[in-house]
Amino acid sequence: MGRKLILITVLILGVMIWAMPAFAQGEAGGAAKESNQWLLITAGFSMALAAAGCGYAQSRALTAACEGVSRNPGATDTIRIFTFLGLAFIEFLALLTFVVIMLLLFRQA
Amino acid sequence: MHEQSEIGVFLNQRLFDPLARAMGFHVAAGHHAIPDHIVMALLVALALLGFAFWVRRGLNVESPTRIQHIIEVLLEAIQGLMKEVIGRETKRFTPLILTLALYIFLGNVLGMIPGFISPTSNLNITASCAVCVFLYYNYQGIRKHGVFKYLKHFAGPVWWLAWLLFPVEIVSHLARPFSLSMRLFGNIFAEELIIGSLNKYIFPFVFSLPVMFLGLFASTIQAFIFVLLTMVYISGAVEEGHEEGHAEERHANPVQSQTHSAAA
Repeated sequence: MGRKLILITVLILGVMIWAMPAFAQGEAGGAAKESNQWLLITAGFSMALAAAGCGYAQSRALTAACEGVSRNPGATDTIRIFTFLGLAFIEFLALLTFVVIMLLLFRQA
Repeated sequence: MHEQSEIGVFLNQRLFDPLARAMGFHVAAGHHAIPDHIVMALLVALALLGFAFWVRRGLNVESPTRIQHIIEVLLEAIQGLMKEVIGRETKRFTPLILTLALYIFLGNVLGMIPGFISPTSNLNITASCAVCVFLYYNYQGIRKHGVFKYLKHFAGPVWWLAWLLFPVEIVSHLARPFSLSMRLFGNIFAEELIIGSLNKYIFPFVFSLPVMFLGLFASTIQAFIFVLLTMVYISGAVEEGHEEGHAEERHANPVQSQTHSAAA
């Protein structure tokens, strides 16, 4: 517990130290450039988060589908349809993140 | 986002710009008469038309050619899928669905050829397909049930929940073309972006090859999913009402009602 607390404190301090010159510069006048950098960083992180969540969810769905097919090969056709539909719906969430990122990036550029 | 493809620029310079000027339209100096993705969509449409006429000329019952065999296998696969998702009367929906499948697949794959871009990597093209599907399934539902009965379908099974379910259903129906177009656009645009940036920033045509193979796979899957969702929406629109004959329908065709509830 103590080590975790220290780790979190150090991380927060690191972020603050890193963020301070950013805000200072933003006040100094390079506001557009600064927000551009933040946009790039957040774009990368949000796409990574979305991809991670999407990958985990799709792996769960595929696991269940494979299990279902191996237990009952007669239901393959039905399960295939549901699997594709479900994968499409799961993937759509990550794609929305991608589209939002692209909109922001192109608006910035 | 506004990258120009060589073929599109070439066709515009040689064909469409002079044509537009001859017809009296003003084309600015740095611009072209027809946007790139529309040139590509026109190419796809022309290719499909030519292919269809070429196949029709060689149709033969006694000695089918190889291409006819391929088309028949494709048609049978699509119709089998439709029978599983929609139900009995599938023949009426085959033209739209097969056209959409071929158009989207060819549009996705066109981006693999150097000099071309995918028409489906632009939101306008995918949205046009999705709006087409939206109007079509609503039209089929109205044609099957009549306007009032189709609208009653939106209100849910019990009358005292109608005030809640009606807006929810309207919103979910309006979200369908949005999600259809966004899904196709996002997939194909992401794939083009990855291939383009690999070619541009790392090394041309070496590292992008595996991604291209992946893109070929994704193109097929995306065309399939678009068509599958179209079928699910149609089946939701033309299925029998909740009052009469629903139990038999559910019994006779378990996939249909299940897919409908999954898509809602």
